[in-house]
Formats: sequence, C-alpha cells, structure tokens
Amino acid sequence: MYTLEVKDLSFSYGKKAVLKNISLNIEKGNFISIIGPNGSGKSTLLKNLNNLYKPDNGSIFLDGLNIKKVKPRELAMKIALVPQNTVIDYDFTVEDIVLMGRHPYKGRFQKEDESDYRIVNEAMEMTNTLYLKDRIITEISGGERQRVIIAKALAQNPSIILLDEPTSHLDINHQIEILNLLRKLNQEKGTTIVVVIHDINLASRYSDEIILIKDGQIKATGSPQKVITKENIEFAYNINVEIDMNKYSNSLYLTPINE
Amino acid sequence: MKKDISKTRYSLIIVILILILTFAIAFFSVIGTANIGVIDTFRIVISKIPIIERCIDISDISKSHETIIWSIRLPRVLLGALVGASLSMTGAAFQGIFKNPMADPYVIGISSGAALGASIAIILGINISFMNLSTISIFAFIGALSAVFTVYNIARIKNKVPVTTLLLAGIAIGQFLTAIMSFLMVIYSKDMAKIIYWTMGSLAGKGWTPLISITIPVVISMTGIGFFARDLNIMLIGEESAQSLGIDVERTKVYILILGSFLVSMVVSVSGIIGFVGLIIPHIVRIVLGPDNRILLPSSALVGAIFMIFADTIARTIISPVEIPVGIITALFGGPFFLYLLRKSKK
Repeated sequence: MYTLEVKDLSFSYGKKAVLKNISLNIEKGNFISIIGPNGSGKSTLLKNLNNLYKPDNGSIFLDGLNIKKVKPRELAMKIALVPQNTVIDYDFTVEDIVLMGRHPYKGRFQKEDESDYRIVNEAMEMTNTLYLKDRIITEISGGERQRVIIAKALAQNPSIILLDEPTSHLDINHQIEILNLLRKLNQEKGTTIVVVIHDINLASRYSDEIILIKDGQIKATGSPQKVITKENIEFAYNINVEIDMNKYSNSLYLTPINE
Repeated sequence: MKKDISKTRYSLIIVILILILTFAIAFFSVIGTANIGVIDTFRIVISKIPIIERCIDISDISKSHETIIWSIRLPRVLLGALVGASLSMTGAAFQGIFKNPMADPYVIGISSGAALGASIAIILGINISFMNLSTISIFAFIGALSAVFTVYNIARIKNKVPVTTLLLAGIAIGQFLTAIMSFLMVIYSKDMAKIIYWTMGSLAGKGWTPLISITIPVVISMTGIGFFARDLNIMLIGEESAQSLGIDVERTKVYILILGSFLVSMVVSVSGIIGFVGLIIPHIVRIVLGPDNRILLPSSALVGAIFMIFADTIARTIISPVEIPVGIITALFGGPFFLYLLRKSKK
C-alpha cells in the first residue's frame, strides 16, 4: 500500500498548465527527491500533495483517503510542509515557533500542555536545536533556522514531511547537515521524506527514489541509477553531462560538460 | 534583544494592566477644570451604585459637581477607554494579518468612509436617531462599513484577498472618499468647521447614551478577535505554513477584517477619527512584550485605553476651558515616546 497516490493530476495557474496528468505513487518510509529544471512544476506538485493548491483534475490519496475529504487539521497531523526559504520578521523565540507545530492538535480554547512541550523538546533534540530554545528566531543563522522549521514540522508528528528546496540558500556544510538530519528522521522514525531539490548529486546520494519532472510531466521515476542517466538529464536540462560513480560517496556523480 | 517574558507571566501582565487602567479611570475622573476633591468624586460615583446608594449621603455636594462627575467626566473617561482599546487592539490585529507595520485600523477605508458619512449628515442637517445614536454617528457608521465592504470586494480575486491589493485598494478608496468630502466642504463651506472638527476626533460631550449603545457590541467584537490570537501568530510566519498547519488563512483574515471593521466603525462613529493610537500603541506593546498575539492583543487594548484617557485628560485641561481635539494630543505625546522606544530597541 502506498502512502501517497497521485492519479492523473493536472493543475494550472490561470490558463498556464503547470502540471499535466501526473500519476505517481509514494511508498511509505521512502526518501524521495523531486528534481527538474526551474519552472518544471516541482514546487507546485509539492503544494498539491499538501492540498495547499487544489488540482483542476485528478486526485490524490493519502493512505487510501482522497485528501480533498480530509479536514485541514487532520491532514496537518499526517503531512508537514517545510516551505521554501521561510523568512520570519517577528521576534518569536525558537520554542514558540516549534510549538506552533502542535496547532493541529489543539482546540481554539485549549492551551499547550506538558505533553506538547515534551513533543516539542523531542523535536528540538532530534534536530539539534534544543540549545537555541530561548533564542529569538530572527537572530539565528540560516542553517539553524532551517533546522528549527524542520523541528516545527516534526512537532506535528507527521508520517510524511514535504520540503521545498530546504538546502537552496545554505552553504555546503549546512546542506549536508540538513540532508543528514532528514535521513536520520527517515531511518529512525520511518518518516516518509519528499524533498524538492536542485542538486542532482545530493539527490542521488540520499534518495531511495527520484522523480524527474520536465514541463509539468514526469520524465522518469525510480531508483537514482534508473533516473540519473546521461539521456534523461541531457533531455531534461538541455546540457551535456557525464555521469559516473563517486568513489567517496559511493553514489552517482554528475559533471556538466561544456561543448 | 532578549525576550525575558515567559508564558506564565502573561496573566500577571494582564492583571497589572487592568489594575493600572482601573486606577487611571479613577484618577483621570478626578482631574478637571472644576476642582472637585477625590473623596467627593468617589462619593458621587458610589452614590449612583444601586443598593449601596442608601448608605451615602451627598446632599452636601453641589448639584453642579454631581452633574460634572456623573454626567460628564465619568462617561467621557469610560468612552475614552473603550475607544482607545478598540483602536489599539484592531491596529494590532490588522498589523498581524497585513504583516505590515504601517497598517492601522483605518487602512482599509474606515476613516474616510466614516468622515464622508458624517459630512453628509452634517450638511443635510437631518435628525434621525437609532439605538440612541445621533444622526452623525449613524451616517459615519454606515459610511465606514460601506467603504470597507467596497475595498474588500475590489481586492478580492476569486476567494482570495491578497493583502497588498487590499492595502492599495484601501488607500485608493480612502483618497477617493476624502476627495468627495473635500468637494462637499468647498460647496457647503458654512459646515466646513464642523466637519473638520469632527474628523479630528473628540470625546467631548457624549454622555452615557452612546457609551451604553456601543459597549456590548464592542466587548463582544474584541473577545472575538482575541479568539484568533494563536492563528494570527502562526500566520505571521507565513501563510503557506499556516495553511499547512490546518489554519484556514483566508477565512481567518475575513473574520478579523469583519470584527475589526465593525469594532472601529462603531467607535469612530461616536468619537470621530482619532489617529495614532491604533498605529503606534501596538508597536509600543510589541517592542516591550514581544510579538505573541496572545499577550499583544489584550495588552494593546489595555494600554490603548490607558493612553487614550491620559491624552483626553490633557486635551480637556491643558488650555481649558478650550478643548483641544484629542487626536492632536495622542500624536503629540505618543510620537516622541514611540521614537524613543524604537531607537532604544534597535540598539
């Protein structure tokens, strides 16, 4: 049984079709990367998976249930989203932010109780942000902030975390840190990870499965070996590449070649 | 800046502010042109409370003093508290949904709509009364709500209201309505002074009647806004994040807009357009207490109330017997204080 099933999904912004008849299945507990050129529809697909955008056609099933019929709060208990580059201009403490992840579980008049704080503490421990607990979110570094946002997602206790380019504005050290953290969540908690990412080398190093999108359609899907081929990448990105095994990471490594 | 206010201290802050407000209401009721002592003031007030009234004999206090305290000062101070609280709380909530520090309660056309409504009532000089509210109040209320309704519908695209569009539509409609008002003032120049005076805002000479009419709806609306404190917090970190946490962002915005517009239209229709309080008090409270709406909204209301009755006391006493429109005082005293806090917090 797949945890997410997408059937014939189409989505457009006004008249511009962004996603065209997408069908895909996401297996529970997998680490999945969505790659593709700019404007290919990766982020749009992610937002459809989270019911932030409503598809024109087709449907998405979460553990067999059509997500259209799942209440937003209940959806938030199962799927967490880490949006692209969260900018926060307000002086909330890190703990305040992570605590917001408990929102779906709280009624309007209900206060956070001890169990919420325990879950929040665990989420901060897992993401190595506990030492930032009382710091102001506007005053920590980009890498730290991204980990805090992931801690907030964890506090939702989701079975799936969707991330939209979580590494795009981080240096290489913090990119690896975030991806290692995601792998840890994936392996230790069995969380299904779906990440939109530009770096193909990192994607093939961390993913169980890669989905390659171009012009709103799936070009290839499957294991990194199956998707990251010279033909697929040259077709999707319109560049010449060479692909070989990287002896250090033991994963596929792509090198763009100038003509 | 380190925030050292923990959640457990939130209720303590509220209690302290309520105590200060109570004290301020008592204190500012005593101050005034007519020199009436503290003890006499309290005796007059107590003598009006049912049941206890029999124990108090105020026959030694002159009738005119009794009138000044009971029929003029006390309702004026209470109205000031209500107006200040409403403007300030709505300002805090609007700054939240617009994520814009320049937002104030008037930003979506309420003030210009109210001013135009009031101008029309003044020019027509008709006299109808509804729920004990004057013609000017009723016209101002209708004007304010119509303006907001128009702005909202212009800014709406399908079921979404982008905040930038809403702000710009509010500014455009506001300028448009102000232009109509100016035009009317030029044509009916004999009413100009009265219209200008109304738009500057004043709490003078209202008595108990408007206070009694608006108190219950104002308190209900304020409580309503308070229910959305946590949703507003989460919306501050991004509408997509909020949505993915199960918050219906668009609906929350609409609720806040409706409650806030209703609240402000009501107080503006009684007091005229008092500026500054709704813009600056929330900022002052945010600098001191942090951005958490669960403390920001109620504290803004309380600090707004305290500040307003302070400003109004100055307005009615500083060059008495001449009254200065309270809006002038709010900006004159609040502005420098805000700038001081702003500089201090940025260092």
